[in-house]
Order: sequence, then C-alpha cells, then structure tokens
Amino acid sequence: MSGAHPLLSVQGLTKSYGARRGCADVSFDLWPGEVMGIVGESGSGKSTLLSCMAGNLTPDAGAVVFDTRTSGPRDVLAMPEPERRMLARTDWAFVHQNPRDGLRMGVSAGGNVGERLMGVGARHYGQIRAQATDWLGRVEIAAERIDDRPAQFSGGMQQRLQIARNLVTGPRLVFMDEPTGGLDVSVQARLLDLMRGLVRQMGLSAVIVTHDLAVVRLLADRLMVMKDGLVVEEGLTDQVLDDPQHAYTQLLVSSVLQV
Amino acid sequence: MSEYNFAYLDEGTKRMIRRAILKAVAVPGYQVPFASREMPMPYGWGTGGVQVTAACLTPADRLKVIDQGADDTTNAVSIRKFFQRTAGVATTERTAEATLIQTRHRIPETPLTEGQILIYQVPIPEPLRFLEPRETETRRMHALADYGLMHVKLYEDIARNGEIATSYAYPVQVAGRHVMDPSPIPKFDNPKLSDSPALQLFGAGREQRIYAVPPHTQVISLDFDDHPFVASKAPHACALCGDDGSYLDEVITDDAGGRMFVCSDTDHCATRRAAGHAGTQAEAIA
Ligand SMILES: Nc1ncnc2c1ncn2[C@@H]1O[C@H](COP(=O)(O)OP(=O)(O)OP(=O)(O)O)[C@@H](O)[C@H]1O
Ligand SMILES: [Mg+2]
Repeated sequence: MSGAHPLLSVQGLTKSYGARRGCADVSFDLWPGEVMGIVGESGSGKSTLLSCMAGNLTPDAGAVVFDTRTSGPRDVLAMPEPERRMLARTDWAFVHQNPRDGLRMGVSAGGNVGERLMGVGARHYGQIRAQATDWLGRVEIAAERIDDRPAQFSGGMQQRLQIARNLVTGPRLVFMDEPTGGLDVSVQARLLDLMRGLVRQMGLSAVIVTHDLAVVRLLADRLMVMKDGLVVEEGLTDQVLDDPQHAYTQLLVSSVLQV
Repeated sequence: MSEYNFAYLDEGTKRMIRRAILKAVAVPGYQVPFASREMPMPYGWGTGGVQVTAACLTPADRLKVIDQGADDTTNAVSIRKFFQRTAGVATTERTAEATLIQTRHRIPETPLTEGQILIYQVPIPEPLRFLEPRETETRRMHALADYGLMHVKLYEDIARNGEIATSYAYPVQVAGRHVMDPSPIPKFDNPKLSDSPALQLFGAGREQRIYAVPPHTQVISLDFDDHPFVASKAPHACALCGDDGSYLDEVITDDAGGRMFVCSDTDHCATRRAAGHAGTQAEAIA
C-alpha cells in the first residue's frame, strides 16, 4: 500500500462548462508527504481542477485514483457515494478560501471541530470536547473560545478553525483553495507558518491552489502552472520559480518580482 | 352530511394518501412526500394528521382526539366534531376503547394495544433542518444515513446548558436506520415510541410529508455515552389522582400564585380517580 503507489494519481482530468474549458487533460502523481502547488492567473482552471479531484464537481473525463487504507488504489470517481463521503470526512480534507463555505456559522467552534468525529461515530461528549480543545490549541485558538461561534472570530481565526475542523480526523490528503486569500499580509504569514508546521508534523500530502507565489515557495515541493485550463509547466518548486521554461511561467514569475 | 364524501376527502385523495402511508410503513422513519389537500381548518390545527386520519377511518372505527393529552381543548373538540359530522364515526375519550387516536404533542399514558392506530400531527418533519436548511442536502443525508449533524445539535445543547436540554421533539433513530422527529411530544414519551403494538403514523400538512413507525419497531433516542438519554418529567405526583409516574402539566389555580401539577392525559387521570385514587388536591377541585 503506502510507498508502493502514489497517494493520489490524477489521470486525464477534463471539465468543460458548455463550450468554455474549465481544465483539460490534467495528469499528475502525488506521493505520500508531498505538497503540490497549483498556480496560474485568474480563470486558468485551478479551482475547477481542485473541485474535480475532491469530488465536489463531476469531471467530463479522467480518473482520480487514491491509495485507500483498506483496499489500495481506487478510482474515487467510480466509488459509490457513501464510500466517497466517508473518505471525504476521514482521509481527505478540503479547506475553502472563504471560511464561511467551510464552517458551520451557527455552531460553536467546538461543535465545528467535533462534527467530523461525530460523523464517523464518536459518541462520547467528553472525549469529543477534549479532542476539540486539543485541536484549537494546535491552531493557536485559546481553549476558552471553544463555545464561541465562528462569527465572533477574526478572519485569520476562522481560517485556522477551518483547518482544525478538517484535520481533527487525521486525514492523509488535504485540498486547499486559496487558503490565505482575503487575509492581511501579517495574518497570512502566521497562517502559512502554522500550515507548514502541521504539514510536516502530520506528514500530510496536500494540493494547494493559489495565485500567490510566496505561498507555494513556502509550502509546495512541486509546482504545476496552469493557463487556459491546461498545465503548461510542472516541476520542483524552486526549479520552476528560479528557472522557468515556459514563456507564461516566466511572465508570472517576473510580474511577482516587480511587486 | 350528504354533501361530503365519507371523512370529507374524496376516494381518489384517500387512495393517494394510503399509498403514501403504505410506503411509510415499508420504510420506517422515512418521510414520504404526499400531495397535501386544503382542509377546512388552518394548518396549525394539524391538517396533516387530519388527512391521515381521514384516509385511515372506516365506519366501524371509534375515534379519540387529544391535544396536549386533553380531550376537551378547542382543537381536539373541533377535530372530533369534524369527523363526527363528515364520517359519522363513534368517538370516545377512553384510550383503551379507541381504535384510532389523533394526537398533538402527547402519547397516551395507557399502553396502546394491537390494532390501534396513533396518528400524530407534525409541524416540522425534518429533524436535520435547523442545522442544514437545504432540503437537497438533508435528503442526501438521510439517503446516506449521514447523521453526524444530529449529534452536533446535541453537542451544542450540552456545551451551552451542561446537559441535553432538548425536552420535546427529541430526535430518534427508527429501526436502526432513519433519524426521525417524533413531533413535539415531551421526551418523557419517547420510550413509548419503541416496540409499541400499535401502528404510529405521522402527518405534516404544510410540509406535505407522511412517515410511520410500524408496530414492534425499535426506536432509539439519540444521546452520548457520557450523557445518556433520560425520559424526565416534573418530580411531582398528580395533585388530582396521585400518580407519580405520568406526565404532568403545571396549572395555575388562582390569581394569588397558587399552582399545582396534574396529569396532562385527562383520560388517564379521570380513570384513576374513578378507580378511587386521589392526590393532595383532589377535594379542592372536585
Ligand atoms: N460554474 C461555472 N460555469 C461556467 N464557467 C465556469 C464556472 N466555473 C468556472 N468557469 C470558467 O472556467 C474557467 C476556469 O475557472 P476556475 O474558477 O477554475 O479558475 P481559477 O483558476 O480558480 O480562477 P481564480 O484564480 O479566479 O479563482 C474560467 O474560464 C471560468 O470562467
Ligand atoms: Mg479559483
């Protein structure tokens, strides 16, 4: 199982919105413990690709093969929905750009973190609360805020709460769509530090979509550059950023250097 | 009387409702959509229950109607009269004598028996709604038995109140499968839902849903290992009949702040008093 196969193998993933291309023929392997960054300008198909991988969107063609704990590599798109849902709340995590999309705003911080535990059958209140408290600590939210609702939190805290809510079941694969978007620069830096620490400690594999090259520089081992729904360049992060081959990547990198 | 079909609804409508009932019995706890009809009463009066009753009634039935356990409230009296007028069926206030009981907010204290049908009026049939307002999503959650959210509600209850404070419409799981809202009965009544010899039907008029608990079906109240479900009631005995095991209402007795606890089930209380039982205030009221 682990080690012998990639954790995730994406093959020929294609999605159109009518005549408009979302993403086309995207293939890559993600190995255990590896972080893949996906960059590209607005409208290049990053979110479409991520949603297709994570099962939030049904692709027109392609396969998403995940190395499951119990039965090895399986095409997630061909799984029955109950099984895919179970995967989505145990081994997978999805961090949305807008915390409102990833949190239950009417439920306390503790309830938000505990939901996945209860979803997989946890039935001991004291233990659920203890785990929620532990996770709030790991994302630097004070334990006494456990009964507060997310609306009473700052944007950065909401994003950290969303991360805790996702990681509490010890997933192996995390999808993130612009996890630092919409945050102040100083708040972004703190969140990035935290994410880097968690990824290392937990040995997480992750796919991170962003248009911020600083984010991928810090977090991603490998990088895919997208343009008009196609992958135009792929490689080790430092290599791609320091020695871009494709003209579009060169443009992307240089425009950042000018900032 | 002759301007109505038997039990007000036309035969086609009753057949449609019976089909929904059969489906509901076949899949215990599952909410079956049905085409709810306008009834000559407001929705808040339990038009869902009334339609289910109309579809189940036969001329030989003996009907009992209760509201919060009482046979003599306006709501119960007018529904009973409605069926006397439109179906000409016999009525009773005695639980043991009724073949069909329509109820709002209570299960009778007298244990139900085989052959009886208990029909609940339901305002909101969807137990997941308060945390997940999207109907498409709650349906999918039922389809996949994805019920973690129900425990999130109980978790929030304990986090806020130190215990599960939900005291009525307490969520249950039916036959190990569907999670169901038992209508706003007190949680004291929840144990009576389980393994009842009677057929239990639930009708929601405005929301157009029918669901059922067939006889001898296991119904479990959701809880946590360290916060188990408790079918609690006020720690008193009925001031009229002395029963300390029945569900009680608190009643104001005068304008000087006098109050007492009495059985909410009026038939149960009257039956006990007729058999010679008496509470502390039995004299004062009689
Ligand atoms: N729901 C939709 N219906 C129609 N077209 C869509 C839809 N979602 C995305 N698209 C189109 O698909 C293409 C890729 O969009 P996508 O959202 O994946 O880009 P993105 O790289 O995530 O952009 P951004 O950086 O702005 O988030 C764009 O041309 C977009 O207009
Ligand atoms: Mg996007």
